[in-house]
Amino acid sequence: MRPSIERFIRRPRLGAPGYRAAIPLTVFASLLWLGCRAGDDQSVKRQEAGNAEQGIMVKAPAPPPTFGLGREPSGSMLAARDIDANPAGIGLPPGSGSYSEGVRVYAEKCAACHGARGEGVAIYPQLIGAAHADSFPFGNDPKIPKTIGNYWPYATTLYDYIHRAMPYGAPGSLRPGEVYSVVAYLLAENQIIPRSAVIDAKSLPKVKMPAQPRFVPDDRKGGASFR
Amino acid sequence: MIEKAPDDEPYVSPPVSRRSVLGAAIAVLGGAGSASVAKQVFAQQGSPLNQPAGRAAPAAGAVSAKPSVPADATKVPGLPSASLGDRSQFEVPTLAPTGVVTGPSFTPLQDLAGTITPSDLHFQRHHNGIAVIDPEKYELLLHGMAARPRVFSLEDLKRFPAVTRTHFIECSGNGRAAYRAPKPEMTPQIVDGLTSNCEWTGVPVRTLLKEVGAEKKASWVLAEGGDAAVLSRSVPMEKMLDDALVVYAQNGEPLRPPNGYPVRLLLPGYEGNMCIKWLRRLELVDQPNMSRDETSKYTDPLPGGRARQFSFVMDAKSIITSPAYPARLSGAGWWPIRGLAWTGRGKITRVDVSTDGGRTWAEAELIGPVLPMAHTRFQLMWKWDARPATIMSRAHDETGYVQPALETYREVRGRGTDYHFNSIRSWKVQPDGNVFFGG
Repeated sequence: MRPSIERFIRRPRLGAPGYRAAIPLTVFASLLWLGCRAGDDQSVKRQEAGNAEQGIMVKAPAPPPTFGLGREPSGSMLAARDIDANPAGIGLPPGSGSYSEGVRVYAEKCAACHGARGEGVAIYPQLIGAAHADSFPFGNDPKIPKTIGNYWPYATTLYDYIHRAMPYGAPGSLRPGEVYSVVAYLLAENQIIPRSAVIDAKSLPKVKMPAQPRFVPDDRKGGASFR
Repeated sequence: MIEKAPDDEPYVSPPVSRRSVLGAAIAVLGGAGSASVAKQVFAQQGSPLNQPAGRAAPAAGAVSAKPSVPADATKVPGLPSASLGDRSQFEVPTLAPTGVVTGPSFTPLQDLAGTITPSDLHFQRHHNGIAVIDPEKYELLLHGMAARPRVFSLEDLKRFPAVTRTHFIECSGNGRAAYRAPKPEMTPQIVDGLTSNCEWTGVPVRTLLKEVGAEKKASWVLAEGGDAAVLSRSVPMEKMLDDALVVYAQNGEPLRPPNGYPVRLLLPGYEGNMCIKWLRRLELVDQPNMSRDETSKYTDPLPGGRARQFSFVMDAKSIITSPAYPARLSGAGWWPIRGLAWTGRGKITRVDVSTDGGRTWAEAELIGPVLPMAHTRFQLMWKWDARPATIMSRAHDETGYVQPALETYREVRGRGTDYHFNSIRSWKVQPDGNVFFGG
């Protein structure tokens, strides 16, 4: 047996001030309760009707080898976006640069952030600083500046990075000859190449960086050991 | 001397966010009176109904963005619905610091519950600002060692079968300031807030590789961003074929611009900078590019004159987020110790908590969901006796890896190491209930 809704409404004594208000409230609550019951009955019927499967189940289409989406890239798009250069020299463009031209470009485009002598300014990193003889002390002291001369393992990275991301306020604005020249300047100032060297797509990949042998692949593999 | 590297996450003072400040603000709001709340709200929304109310509410100018607080919310009508469901005026989590083009902005870990990071609180680290990209003009180029190089529009990407995964992204420099220069007044946000955890939706990279007909000799993929840094990283083909995703949605809606709108790469468990934002190009190649951000940056100098390269995976780590500075325990009794644990090598299997500086440990409860390469919430109920205590957490992952003690970490990695700071963190609880970072 269902409990009466009236059990949940405090009944004032006859003649109490709230009595007159309680009567319509009780009637309203009772109607609401009846209404909900009627609604419940209807929804039960609807659910029962909807549970029967309608239509015929078929197999979902198997995924195709390709969806045929996208379009073929245009030559101009490839030329504009395929800007990277790797240690084999793939991606280095025609053109060349010299130390003397690099002095000019560096002073004009780079010195404001990296300092007149590549010493770094505020948060902008020091670029020039030759390798420490027979030493690579960075693991023991975070304060030793990592420079192109003492830390960068590949010379082609200089071209790739300067070309894509420098100068910081106008990235990608240097012409290939300007980039090659800045690279020649930075490599010479780091005592890696002579000032007379011409830097181009052929010579740059041949430049050996002093720090390169210091780099080792990741040997962490999870498990019990900490490396 | 200033450390000269723009990647260095500088220590910054945490934003003032103590409850007392908020309490004062609430008191002021309450004092504005509870009359005509609805009218004031209409006034803010520019409804024509507001004319008299606007004049009648002198406090509206001072607290224009915040509705006044009635003494009893059951006695006045509430606010009408708005175009966005904003946070409560009493909850004001913020990223910190802000206003930097290169610098990082940290997630307020101490303000979060559960495992999901709200999209607007996802940490940020840009290499030359947040790119603004029109989704109608967005194009992803897939080329290189592929039979059918392709350009995909955003619509194309959305037409491929989608997957949805929950993963953390952690900056590999996360924890650097806490390691190099720990300070008692560091919050969880400042210690380890360069990690966030969202639900991501997109297309598996392997689907796209199949579409373009990747050649067998392609062993690496160069991923490149469309930002002003044109950030580029080489990703092993093995990872791309395994679980890499090109994602366009975060927590159920398009990516937020600071997180790479409209499309970013997601490499579950790998260091954050590799999850290239504003992704514009994937080139299939047979050798790593040796880009600046995988050589001169994001490599780990170690003792013994070496530097570890291609250290992709973020190892297991955990941090207690409560109690932690600036929270204060109001008195002795039962308190929950809660925090987050995660690993780039699968699932967190266990988190231990110590309340005596590491002498004894108890296994914490892992509050679900426990997902691979995702933040996992842990909890341990602790009866505090109002005496000094040092609380710590230690994560274990499914490979059997255990988060290392600070001394072990220092010995193996050295003081000069630059990334992957995952040593055990500690918090000092004082008799007055104040909690400070203990290194």
